[in-house]
Amino acid sequence: MLKQTPLNASHRAAGARMVDFGGWDMPVNYGSQIDEHNAVRTDAGMFDVSHMQIVDLEGAGARDFLRYALANNVDKLKVPGKALYSCLLKPEGTVIDDLIVYFLREDFFRIVVNAGTAEKDIAWLRGLLATRAPRLSLRPRTDLAMIAVQGPQARAKVWRALPGAEVATAPLKPFVATRVDSGWGELFVARTGYTGEDGFEIAIAAPHAADLWRALVAAGVRPAGLGARDTLRLEAGMNLYGQDMDENVSPLESGLAWTIDLASPRDFVGKAALLARPPSRQLTGLVLVGKGGVLRAHQAVRTDRGDGEITSGTFSPTLNQSIALARLPAGVAPGETVRVLVRDRELAARVVKPPFARNGKSLLPPAS
Amino acid sequence: MNIPANLRYTASHEWVRSEADGTVTIGITDHAQAALGDLVYLELPEAGRKVAAAEACAVVESVKAASDIYAPVAGEIIEANKPVAEAPEQVNKDPYGSWLFKLRPAEPAAVGRLLDARAYEASIGDE
Repeated sequence: MLKQTPLNASHRAAGARMVDFGGWDMPVNYGSQIDEHNAVRTDAGMFDVSHMQIVDLEGAGARDFLRYALANNVDKLKVPGKALYSCLLKPEGTVIDDLIVYFLREDFFRIVVNAGTAEKDIAWLRGLLATRAPRLSLRPRTDLAMIAVQGPQARAKVWRALPGAEVATAPLKPFVATRVDSGWGELFVARTGYTGEDGFEIAIAAPHAADLWRALVAAGVRPAGLGARDTLRLEAGMNLYGQDMDENVSPLESGLAWTIDLASPRDFVGKAALLARPPSRQLTGLVLVGKGGVLRAHQAVRTDRGDGEITSGTFSPTLNQSIALARLPAGVAPGETVRVLVRDRELAARVVKPPFARNGKSLLPPAS
Repeated sequence: MNIPANLRYTASHEWVRSEADGTVTIGITDHAQAALGDLVYLELPEAGRKVAAAEACAVVESVKAASDIYAPVAGEIIEANKPVAEAPEQVNKDPYGSWLFKLRPAEPAAVGRLLDARAYEASIGDE
């Protein structure tokens, strides 16, 4: 039996094509994935992300615990509401999950983890808590639903749907959240997302999620499925857990070095292993040169420095060309041409530094 | 789901139209284009290629996945639809108007053994 979010009936009523996504019954599109993608790049679209798990960490010493538990440094979080992207690592220095942590109060941090990994993440964190901070409470918020509204018009349309939220949320800077009272109870509104566009992610009490969804539709926000979510995040150069990194690879070989704080003196889970094993591979972007197919995960990549593999690939509606993330030998540089095995042919692809597109525009250097 | 009664079908979701000159025209069904999602690339067979029944001879790629297209009957490819290869989204918009290739069957009677509209509809229901 697939798990359902509180918006399941809303998706079905809108004619969504539903798929099994890691045990959840989720919309992959409501008709055209490319139209949904373009709506987010040019106007406003929304995603049901209620399958992702919100977990609240509460109690004295929460920050100190997270300093040790997370690879990124929560000391960067100084203003209440501020968010940080981080990996959760194994002691071996590989990736258990990637997450966003919000600093709300010194004794209250909110963590959002991936759907498919939520159970193991919570078990892992509880294990760490038992030995290091047994008095902290870790509470999965299964009572909350979450809607991500994304696009250049996303904030304006949220305010049209929720006029009372504008005063509190208009001053929010990117990667900052706040709590807002509404007729549907308390909302948690964060200026975050997974598309490379402006917008909000809104957590709401599950019984009111369909009301908010309906109000957003009335305000002109287009429902978008997991298909568009994947092409948008890939254009924005964002990793997908389970595809671009997992428990078998180092974050330093997954394009995530910027999230790993090896500079500060603090110790954290996985630090010693990362220091002991410098990366020999890198995650980089590829753009197909010409036509001949679509780059996809698991296709082999041949370079002058050895072989690699595509971890995520798709057709980019914004670039009108196929793009990919690939794990390649260290030293392969942007601008170089590599060969990708697509079916029985080798197709040329250019190495680029992600992101590929953000804020509605291609970020690629002109082809030389 | 749109399944025209005047066409023949395969369980692998090709539609087949018999032409007056004895050739057949092949495309993918409305059900297939909806399941694949937005098409972005087509690889069509060269004219002159001999194919066996159920031989993979074309590829359609959507944003989501690549999928083989099979020759519904044995024969020789006589033409590929080059304009539609340049505009794959036409297959999503008009699956029965956007043919992929034409072939001359090795055995004219073979087409008559393919699924009719009712049998194809039943085969989709079983999926």
